[in-house]
Amino acid sequence: MASDSGLYRRRLLVNRWNLAMSMGTMSFGMVFLLWILYTLFLRGFEALSPTLFTQMTPPPGSAGGLLNAIFGSVLMVLVATLVSTPIGILAGIYLAEYGKNGWIANVTRFINDILLSAPSIVIGLFVYTVYVAQVQHYSGWAGSAALALLAIPVVVRTTENMLRLVPSSLREAAIALGAPMWKVILMVTLKAVRAGVITGILLAVARISGETAPLLFTALNNQFWSADMNAPMANLPVVIFQFAMSPFEEWQQLAWAGALLITLAVLLLNILARTLFRQGVAK
Amino acid sequence: MNLDAVATRPEAEAGAAGPVVAKMSIQHLNFFYGKFQGLKDINLDVAERRVTAFIGPSGCGKSTLLRTMNRMYSLYPGQRAEGRIMFNGRDILDSDVDLNMLRAKVGMVFQKPTPFPMSIYDNIAFGVRLYERLSPRQMDERVEWALTKAAMWNESKDKLKQSGMALSGGQQQRLCIARAVSVKPEVLLLDEPTSALDPISTAKIEELISELKNDYTIAVVTHNMQQAARVSDYTAYMYLGELIEFSATDEIFLKPKRKETEDYITGRFG
Repeated sequence: MASDSGLYRRRLLVNRWNLAMSMGTMSFGMVFLLWILYTLFLRGFEALSPTLFTQMTPPPGSAGGLLNAIFGSVLMVLVATLVSTPIGILAGIYLAEYGKNGWIANVTRFINDILLSAPSIVIGLFVYTVYVAQVQHYSGWAGSAALALLAIPVVVRTTENMLRLVPSSLREAAIALGAPMWKVILMVTLKAVRAGVITGILLAVARISGETAPLLFTALNNQFWSADMNAPMANLPVVIFQFAMSPFEEWQQLAWAGALLITLAVLLLNILARTLFRQGVAK
Repeated sequence: MNLDAVATRPEAEAGAAGPVVAKMSIQHLNFFYGKFQGLKDINLDVAERRVTAFIGPSGCGKSTLLRTMNRMYSLYPGQRAEGRIMFNGRDILDSDVDLNMLRAKVGMVFQKPTPFPMSIYDNIAFGVRLYERLSPRQMDERVEWALTKAAMWNESKDKLKQSGMALSGGQQQRLCIARAVSVKPEVLLLDEPTSALDPISTAKIEELISELKNDYTIAVVTHNMQQAARVSDYTAYMYLGELIEFSATDEIFLKPKRKETEDYITGRFG
């Protein structure tokens, strides 16, 4: 009994020690996250004003807004999402349902994983080399292309992972009715994981909407209002980059406001993705 | 033991009308999971409009045998069957058989209920739409007909638009049976259809099986010997991939010919 209680006390101590360590590392991470958010919110809300959404980015030394940058970002992210979603979902379906462990699927999966963790600046340089340098001008299309290349691997990965969660019994049940494979996938398995796939798309959108490096080499920036996808296009990340580094007070203020807008948008997308996913799982 | 021998026995006819005809004829069937042989030289006839039960300990090949009858195994590379399974004058193990057409004629219900992520109505309409073009009214009638067949119409008629996944386990399983029946197959394969269900749902599904055999040929795998005795006309006892004994259910349970069968049925097994 005595040795038992000694063992028991030791176990309690080890438990407390480990718990304290994990709490410590958790708070270490949280402190920096909250610090970043605190600074951002403090400076961002200060700079927030209605003119942000009505005026264009100003020349140095005068007041203005971010309208052209907001519009450019939304447009390029939208185009990138429309391009990457079908490609990503189709590739994910191939990997999970057709390729499985064949060599094509394994190679694709491997390359997709590399793309998933590739530095975004490499993607930007790639689009610069194969497209921007060829046509000799920066453009919104190039920006969208770079963003789409970043989004595709995220969508591929989540779609494949979600489809793999579908129990084979559900797939077999549909096939046992005499349904061809493509109908089984579109109407049964993909439908069963719809919430998860949409979550993946939202997370991909959240990821690309804050990217700066790939846009620096592709869409660059535009001081004026422009909806021409074939011309350089203003966008929030590059504007923030440019304005934050400048010595002008007005520009710095706008950079804080832009950073706050992107953060809030990404936060909103993440919350939306989580609620959607939870609903999908609960059902 | 083959069907011709038992078919002549009057007691095999009990409870069912009409002459006994072989709907599916399994001949010298060998089945392999990669190098492992799961079925060894199976010879057996599945009688038309009768219930044939497959019993035996876990891993004896009952489910494997069922999965050869609609070529479900073909989904998985590495699984292959040798021999012949004659169905409507064709060997369904032939490589040029249209598997979708075969599976439309040989329906299957699985151990775990597998409702599709759609409404009760669409769960049934999904299969019907694959091979038939029905007007909305005809489709309504078909859905009602199938749900009635599965003894589910009364409890589901007011919630046809609800998700099939919100039903209880027993209701889900009956929905799956309704779905399998709705496409009007010729053969129904039931793979332990009641093993995940409570006794009341089980009783309902057993009643259903007796009802359905008037129109369909049924093959059922079960771990429950009382169930086999209650619902089937013929029973096959399998062990380690071999068919040990096959004959009329009464005969298997009352005077089995093989010692192994008797041991299993009386619980002296292993």
